[in-house]
Amino acid sequence: MWGEITLVTGKDLRIERRSRVGLTQIAPFAVTVLVLFGFALEGDSATLRTFTAGLFWVAVVFTAILAVQRSFTVESVNDNRDALRLSGLDPIAIFLGKAAALVIELLVLEVVLGCVVAVLYGGSVHSAGLLGLTAVVATIAVASAGTIYGVLAASLRVRETILPLLLLPVLAPVLIAATRAFEDALGEAAVNGWSWLVLLTLTAVVYTAFGALAFGTLLEES
Amino acid sequence: MKTLGERDELRNTSSRGTRILGGLSLVGIVFMGLIGLWWSPEDSDMGDLVRIMYVHVPSAWLAYMAFILTAIGSAMFLWKRSVWWDLVAGASAEIGVLFCALALVTGSLWGRPTWGTYWRWGDARIVTTLVLLLMYVGYLALRHVDGDPTQRSKRAAIVGLIAAGNIPVVRMSVVWWSNRTLHQKDTVTLADTKLDNMQLVALLFGVAVFTILFAWMLLHRFRIAWLENETEQRGLEQALIERRSESLVKADRALGAAEVRP
Repeated sequence: MWGEITLVTGKDLRIERRSRVGLTQIAPFAVTVLVLFGFALEGDSATLRTFTAGLFWVAVVFTAILAVQRSFTVESVNDNRDALRLSGLDPIAIFLGKAAALVIELLVLEVVLGCVVAVLYGGSVHSAGLLGLTAVVATIAVASAGTIYGVLAASLRVRETILPLLLLPVLAPVLIAATRAFEDALGEAAVNGWSWLVLLTLTAVVYTAFGALAFGTLLEES
Repeated sequence: MKTLGERDELRNTSSRGTRILGGLSLVGIVFMGLIGLWWSPEDSDMGDLVRIMYVHVPSAWLAYMAFILTAIGSAMFLWKRSVWWDLVAGASAEIGVLFCALALVTGSLWGRPTWGTYWRWGDARIVTTLVLLLMYVGYLALRHVDGDPTQRSKRAAIVGLIAAGNIPVVRMSVVWWSNRTLHQKDTVTLADTKLDNMQLVALLFGVAVFTILFAWMLLHRFRIAWLENETEQRGLEQALIERRSESLVKADRALGAAEVRP
């Protein structure tokens, strides 16, 4: 199983490394979103610092949609999806492999965004542990939900429009919990970030478990 | 030109059962208005605003019921691969979305004079209910995407099950985030009822009437979906041929009856 997971993850990451779509299109898009927030809030540093956590996660969620679409676009060319179905790999391994590749891509993106936020918005970190753990767990939840809905929308003609409509409400709990936990980690609000992290972990576990169960059926139908 | 009696014999969404349910719903809604607006007293805290609750609470109840039925229909479809269950899930979700939106609107109308605002972003139940509504709007959008009907049903069933995961979160939100909601915890409990007798009657009567209304709407919507599905399955041409042959049989019968008559 582990071998199959790393095989799929390696394949997706290799494609991204060679195509450089993530580097040349998805990451610049995420940075642009953060810059636009700055324009919309008139570059007021105090306001930007107050809302840093929320703006950061909104940028991540929007960018995740592009990353998910990209993850399944690479399967749609040259009948790759059929090849994946015929490969004999366990559907659970394919799900976990693709989700893991998304987690790695999004984590790299979050590091880049974190640096941009530090420069453009300012602010300081109060709890690096909470910040790091929240980022990892929230990204797992985003990637799991994204992979389920990605395969579900992959073969639809309206996939570009239906994917955000289906995915964004499901990511709303992740956005809320990750934002609250980040607010605590950045010292911007008096909330208990660790309790939000527990909720986030629960969400990530549920999405991952459900995705692992449903992915096989959805892959066969895509 | 067909008479009304002849039209009734054609396949349509009405039956004796739906006519009874529809009649009961109509009478019930009239009585809901009478009880809610005149026969029940105003609340000691909320005044006349409590009357909005007699629509708000049954709407929310109906939305829950509809979404739970969608989840059951989705699970049953995945298990039995039965189109019947898939159509029940879809029909129920449409009604659920309508009444979930009504619950949010009536809640906002109540919130403005009570809390001084139409919308509270910090309120856990309002926010989770909005997320629930958006999830089912997405579910309905997915059901309307063109493609193979079986694939569409499978996709919808999985999304229906995922969305159902939010129902207990909405239900328990007032308990889990009791410091982040303006909603009170369950006011109506058997052991400790805080409402006036007539207020309780108005609330429970509203829930009963909306349950009947739900059954009536569900039957009609399901039957429309069934006929749509049949049309899609057999093709429009086949359906037209059948409809024409039905008309011919009726015309033959009418002709035979006319010949027998002196």
